[in-house]
Order: sequence, then structure tokens, then C-alpha cells
Amino acid sequence: MNGSTIIFYMLAALILGSGFLSVTTRQIFRAAIFLLFSLIGVAGMYFWMDYEFIAAVQIVVYVGGITVLIIFSIFLTQQAGEKLPEQSMSRMLFAALAAFCGFALILLQIAKHTFTNSTTTITAPTVENIGNEMLGVNKGGMALPFEVVSVLLLAALVGCIVIALRQKTQQTN
Amino acid sequence: MNPGLTHILFISIALFFIGVFGFFTRRNLITMLMSIELILNSVNLNFIAFNKYVWPDKLTGLFFTIFVIVIAAAEAAVAIAIIINLYRNYQTIDVEKVEELKY
Repeated sequence: MNGSTIIFYMLAALILGSGFLSVTTRQIFRAAIFLLFSLIGVAGMYFWMDYEFIAAVQIVVYVGGITVLIIFSIFLTQQAGEKLPEQSMSRMLFAALAAFCGFALILLQIAKHTFTNSTTTITAPTVENIGNEMLGVNKGGMALPFEVVSVLLLAALVGCIVIALRQKTQQTN
Repeated sequence: MNPGLTHILFISIALFFIGVFGFFTRRNLITMLMSIELILNSVNLNFIAFNKYVWPDKLTGLFFTIFVIVIAAAEAAVAIAIIINLYRNYQTIDVEKVEELKY
């Protein structure tokens, strides 16, 4: 049991524990904070796997962006201190049953399958390699999806503004 | 026991089904959105684990993760715009109470 193993299990406990609390707590603001801790745990797991760039992206986009967006929308749509309504017991039971069945099914499949490492050569996930491949136009380059995704982001930006815009009343025309 | 691919896959599956459980039980749009974020995160963890332990010579899993993160951000932004617009029209974001198109 070395230090790396201990850190792995602590991160696992952080991810799963705060993830579970995030979907079961009845106070919506606490749910957002538990979601924040779960996302930080996932970022720590990326650090543990030596994928520093993805960990940084995870912290910037999820922890710094999406969680803050969710907290803002909670403030805009929820009365402070009001608890979410009590769930019916049968719905909780059937949801837990369905989730557990899926979990057990996939866990059995993974236990049966042996994953073999296909190669010994390693491309280190450094920022240099990522940048060269992401904007590369040769075989295996990711320039086209990169451009498509930037158009998608622009469309989402414009769409958000149009949707959230306050509708003008008809009296202007 | 030294943690390897199977351990990370276990975490990722557990996180996925925690998200599915939340999506089934919650009836508030913002908490349902949080469950979706958990599901997407488990998928990202899966991609990175396979990239590290099965195909370390390529970076494809990493790029999939980056694109999933980008699309998740766009999806969250659009969803929250819709939620705020819904709240403005109905004064609630409970999916049981917003049922104008249902019948």
C-alpha cells in the first residue's frame, strides 16, 4: 500500500461519496456544492493518471464554469432555504433497482473481459503533442472536428442569448 | 491491490449509475441537469482510462474527452437558458407542473 494507492482510494471515495450526496440531498444548493466536489475529485483522478492538460481543462470548464452557471440559475429560480419536495418511496425504490441492475450487468461484463495493452510505445499527453495533433490536417489530425465544434459553440452562444431574451410585448408595432 | 484499469472503470460505472439514479428520481430541472453532468463526467473518465491503459500510443481518447467537455458546456448553457425562460413563464421548474403540451 504505497502513497499512490492511498490517494487513488481517497479520490474514489470523494468522487462517489459526494456524487451520491449530490443526487440524494434535498437542499438544491447543497446538491450543487456536492457536485462541485465530485467534479474536483474527477479532476484529481486525471492528475493521478498524469493527464495534466485534461485535469486543468476539467477544473477551468466544469468547476469554474458550469458549476457557477448552475449556482447562478439556482439563485434565479429557487426560493432560498426551501427544500425540494419529498420523493415517493416507490419511485426511489424502482430507480435504485434499475440503476443497480445496470450497474451489476456492466460490472459482470467487465469482470469477464480481460483488457490487454495493445502496444508498448507511449505518446505522452503533453501540451505539445496535443496541440500538434489537434490542429493537424494530416491523417489522424483533429482540425476539422475542432472547427465544427467552434461553430457549435458559436451557435450555442447565439441560441442562449435568443432564448433567454425577454420577449417584447406586441404594443411596439 | 494496485489500482489499474478495472478500478477506474468501476468508479466510472458507479458514477454513471449514480447519475442515472438522480435522473430517475429528481423532478427539478436543475438537479436533473446536475445528474447529466455526473453522467458525462463518468464517460470522460472512461475515455481517459482506456486511452492510458489500452492505447497509450494514441491521443484519441483525450480528444474525445475534450470534445465531450466542449459539448457539455454548450448543452449546460442552452439548458439553463431554457430553464430560466421556463421559470419566467410558469414560475416553477418542476417537470410535473410544466405540462402544457402533455394533453
